[in-house]
Amino acid sequence: MPAILDAQGLNKTFGAVTAAQGVSAAIERDSVVGLIGTNGAGKTTFINMITGYLKPDSGSIRYEGRDITPLPPRDISRLGICRSFQIPQLYSSLTVRENMLMALGILLHNAGLGGFLALGRPNVPGHDAPAEEVADRILERFGLSAYRDRNAQVLPGGMRKLLDIALTMAAKPRVLLLDEPTSGVSAEEKFGIMELIMHAVKAEGATVIFVEHDMEVVSRFAGRVIAFYDGRIIADGPPEAALRDPEVQRFVVGTLNA
Amino acid sequence: MKPDRTPQLLAAVFAAVVVGGLALPQWLLFILTIACAQGLVVLGLNLLIRAGLVSFGQALFYCIGAYTAGGLSRAFGISDLLLQMLAGTASAALAAFVLGFLLARYRGIFFGLLSLALSMIFYGLIVKSETLGSTDGFNLAKATLFGIRPGEAWVRYAVLVAAASATLAAAFLAWRFLKTPLGQLGPAIKDNEIRVEYMGASVRYAIHVNYVIAAALAGAGGALAATTVGHIDPEMAYWTTSGEFVFIAILSGTGSVLAPFLGALIFGAIHTVAFDLSPNTWQMSMGLALLAAIVFLPDGLWSLFARRKTA
Repeated sequence: MPAILDAQGLNKTFGAVTAAQGVSAAIERDSVVGLIGTNGAGKTTFINMITGYLKPDSGSIRYEGRDITPLPPRDISRLGICRSFQIPQLYSSLTVRENMLMALGILLHNAGLGGFLALGRPNVPGHDAPAEEVADRILERFGLSAYRDRNAQVLPGGMRKLLDIALTMAAKPRVLLLDEPTSGVSAEEKFGIMELIMHAVKAEGATVIFVEHDMEVVSRFAGRVIAFYDGRIIADGPPEAALRDPEVQRFVVGTLNA
Repeated sequence: MKPDRTPQLLAAVFAAVVVGGLALPQWLLFILTIACAQGLVVLGLNLLIRAGLVSFGQALFYCIGAYTAGGLSRAFGISDLLLQMLAGTASAALAAFVLGFLLARYRGIFFGLLSLALSMIFYGLIVKSETLGSTDGFNLAKATLFGIRPGEAWVRYAVLVAAASATLAAAFLAWRFLKTPLGQLGPAIKDNEIRVEYMGASVRYAIHVNYVIAAALAGAGGALAATTVGHIDPEMAYWTTSGEFVFIAILSGTGSVLAPFLGALIFGAIHTVAFDLSPNTWQMSMGLALLAAIVFLPDGLWSLFARRKTA
């Protein structure tokens, strides 16, 4: 299968700290990839480089053959590469529903719809209904309907996380990057959240790259695991093989279970 | 969700002003017209405040609008109020379009003080300009409307009706803008710029657009004030003028496009009464009024009418 995303030889340093050192990975279309590694191993840096938040010192990132390395986050996101955040990035003074309407409004705006002279309620691009209906539908799918009129600021942690991911998925991304989607969520909720996400992804058909510390979650949902250590990729393959890799055992799994 | 009745409300207020104006004394017609002028500026200022940006320099565009109207009157003998307002709008918008490339990069206190600095530079320039009347400014001819100069008894009323019509149009357009996805971005930018960018929108572009619209409204307000008062001077660009607009904005709140006009009217009333009662300490009364507004009405006067449901 052809790669949808192809990172080649990414290097990134912050002063004396090496966050990426010759990181190369080709991500196949519709695959689900788990990124593992200790804190500071380079997982988030990898995601930040793909989404344009950080520019690599050298190396390139291609999306469907196109070099996206120099693009700013908003252009990359418009191409269909969207991310969620480890710490949910919400509009905290707005309600849950207003958060979602904002996400859909930006889609309308970028498609040149809903402009100053536009009358009526145009369908959101990629969806077959106007923003209000789409918003309610997405909130329903993510189990957020009961919270729709609550301010995002006062949501429980797990719900904040879900809203952050729901906002990211509103754009119907082709590549979805999730930075620790289950961090700060209780052990019982973790699988529920991942099931919800994967169910939504299956329906839309997107490639998923997620950062995860829980190896059970990784082996259950990822089709491929990329292990980071000290800014390098130390293992890359199917979960069973990657998680059994001696280096991964020593630097990643071992540390986490200690 | 309650249906938004703003257009109907705008039309009702407009009708009340036009009909009620026939029965009002001249001085009150003047105060209402000035409230329109200041309200226009604050309507624009509120667009920026929604996005978390407080401009302490809207007087720059107010003054540009006023001097554009004055220039038209003096150099070309054009005294048509609506033409002057259109020209004031255009020149202020043009200035903001250019300055916006710089301003849109800044946030918080830097945005506020940079906008103040620009207005003070402009103030300094006109103070030094003999052609523009230096610190004294100059007088404008009485307003005409579509080539007709209303009789002495009617000029205040005619100007008010024209001002209210232009204001109605501006408030309606602003309301419409706030319904568009771009217009709605303000609070999102205030809350979380990172999220806005990662959803594929340009924060800088959105701020630039809001900045230009705010300036256009201030320019219209400045031109209206110029003709209504019949005199312009550099004080219109001075930072205390900007301060008054921020005062009115705080008093009004961002709850509705009508709020700035109500706020400006109340501001005018407080100002008049304070000046009447204590000509030497009226600033203190204004300060107390502002203090009371901030303490008791943190969301502005409009919050008295529209108590937001809290879930």
